[in-house]
Amino acid sequence: MLGYFLRRILYAIPIALGVTVISFVLVYLAPGDPLNAIAPADAPAEVIEALKSAYGLDRPLVAQYGLWLLRALQGDLGSSIASGRPVSAEVFSAIANTLRLACVASFLGVFMGCLLGGIAGYNKASWLDRLATTCSVIGVSVPHYWLGLVLTIVFSITLGWFPAMGAGPGGSGEWSWDLEHLRFMTLPALTLCVIPMGIITRTVKALVSDMLEQEFVVSLRARGLSPFAIFKHIAKNTAPTVLAVAALQVGYLMGGSILVETVFAWPGTGFLLNTAIFQRDIPLLQGTLLILCMFFVVLNLLVDVVQPLLDPRMLRT
Amino acid sequence: MHIQNASKLPPANKGYWFTVFQQLKGERIAMISAGVVLLIVVAALFAPWIAPADPFKASMLKRLLPIGSEGYLLGTDELGRDMLTRLMYGARLSLLMGVLPVFFAFVMGTSIGLFAGYVGGRTNMLIMRVLDIFYAFPSVLLAVAISGALGPGMSNSLIALTLVFVPQVVRIAESVTTQVRQLDYLEAARMSGAGTFEIIRVQVLGNVLGPVFVYSTGLLSVSMILASGLSFLGLGVKPPEPEWGLMLNTLRSAIYKAPLTAALPGAMIFITSISFNLLADGIRSAMDIKK
Repeated sequence: MLGYFLRRILYAIPIALGVTVISFVLVYLAPGDPLNAIAPADAPAEVIEALKSAYGLDRPLVAQYGLWLLRALQGDLGSSIASGRPVSAEVFSAIANTLRLACVASFLGVFMGCLLGGIAGYNKASWLDRLATTCSVIGVSVPHYWLGLVLTIVFSITLGWFPAMGAGPGGSGEWSWDLEHLRFMTLPALTLCVIPMGIITRTVKALVSDMLEQEFVVSLRARGLSPFAIFKHIAKNTAPTVLAVAALQVGYLMGGSILVETVFAWPGTGFLLNTAIFQRDIPLLQGTLLILCMFFVVLNLLVDVVQPLLDPRMLRT
Repeated sequence: MHIQNASKLPPANKGYWFTVFQQLKGERIAMISAGVVLLIVVAALFAPWIAPADPFKASMLKRLLPIGSEGYLLGTDELGRDMLTRLMYGARLSLLMGVLPVFFAFVMGTSIGLFAGYVGGRTNMLIMRVLDIFYAFPSVLLAVAISGALGPGMSNSLIALTLVFVPQVVRIAESVTTQVRQLDYLEAARMSGAGTFEIIRVQVLGNVLGPVFVYSTGLLSVSMILASGLSFLGLGVKPPEPEWGLMLNTLRSAIYKAPLTAALPGAMIFITSISFNLLADGIRSAMDIKK
């Protein structure tokens, strides 16, 4: 058991390193000088040189990477070219907003997915099954940025139930878990939850309907166990897979919320990425990418570590 | 006598793909979806001949006419251009941007996966571990990051989406190749004197193509949504070119005045993506491949 965990952690290290390389190199694929964002086009050569050495841009790429990584390990991601503020501060305040949204959306999505999938699995080939299947196909096919727009039109513009944009009254950055703030979160969370809902519905339905046909369930039934007791067995057997899929969905939503955040002007990492891209703010872009992906790597690691704790059979293969 | 008998023989084996097609014809939902896709493709291909208006002709006086207006079946957009025309022309770029990355990924991913799986050993390890790194990026994030880094533009978003899908296809192709490589009939083919190229073409590719094809058709809907999403963010197609994602973006300012018109381009993305998904599901079950 311990050996497995150690191996899994060791395996994550080269991946994490690779992620840092890609996050760093990616932005250098871009044509154009990153200094364009800060230096005026007619700046004298000395000023350009001074700026270059200030941002370390005059060194070879490998040296720049080494220095960047070293600093990143100490929590220093440089400062944003556009705003001058430290990147880590910008990213962490944004990531908190994104994480809140992603967690609420995943919870909603997983809950509804398990419900729909479970019902469909228990009632195979009935109208309930068809309903659940339809919901899951819609969930995975709908362009979520459009769904966000439609929800805004219906619930915000027409009915006026929820605010259309922002993460709090008056555009304040402070979040608290009260009714006023939750009203702002409702529409983006509903929009985002559709994706995990579709995927979890599909997974749970397949698992449950497979499981119900297995011999151990038949024998449990033959022994006279109540349907609820049998359901507990099924839940226990589906839990590890559902957990893995659900956790990955949180990760996907963290990265995938960029479009939805743009629709709802939610001040999260998607919003930050958007700003970084269009202002060609390289340190900000690198930092945001890095943090988001590290989050995803750690999440993957956690899934792999927790899964065998729920289902020890996995260690044998 | 012999000739007469010959006509009563069962029809010759028409091959695997023919039987799959026969199977697919029995799936009602898949056939309806295929019909919808075909309709959109026809509208896209023949847009210059069947579209009622010029997709670029703007009119300040006819901005945001409602759906069903005189002469403008689906109304007009924020610059007074005919929506129906722009949706038809938009299908060209949207479909192209959605389908091409999957096609590129299909070709590249299958080649890399075949190579890695067939060579095996350390080379395989190395290739797969490098691709694992790309797996550590959530796909939307990777697409946005690459096309954001390369800068806005159609070809850059094509590159970005292809790079997102290649590792996924490689994984499928590699795992099937590795399985097939150990089978007895491959050894038999080798002993019968077949060359490496011949073995890869006949034995390996024949096994790999099915699962990879099914997986790739499943990617089409994701690719449509992502490609239009990039344009929606301003990273893909540039104005005034008609493209559904971009139209959705430029019409966003009109959601108060003409909500239905503003939602139209997104509805087109949705219809296309759901048809692709249902068609892919049909193909999957016709080919009897589990997810």
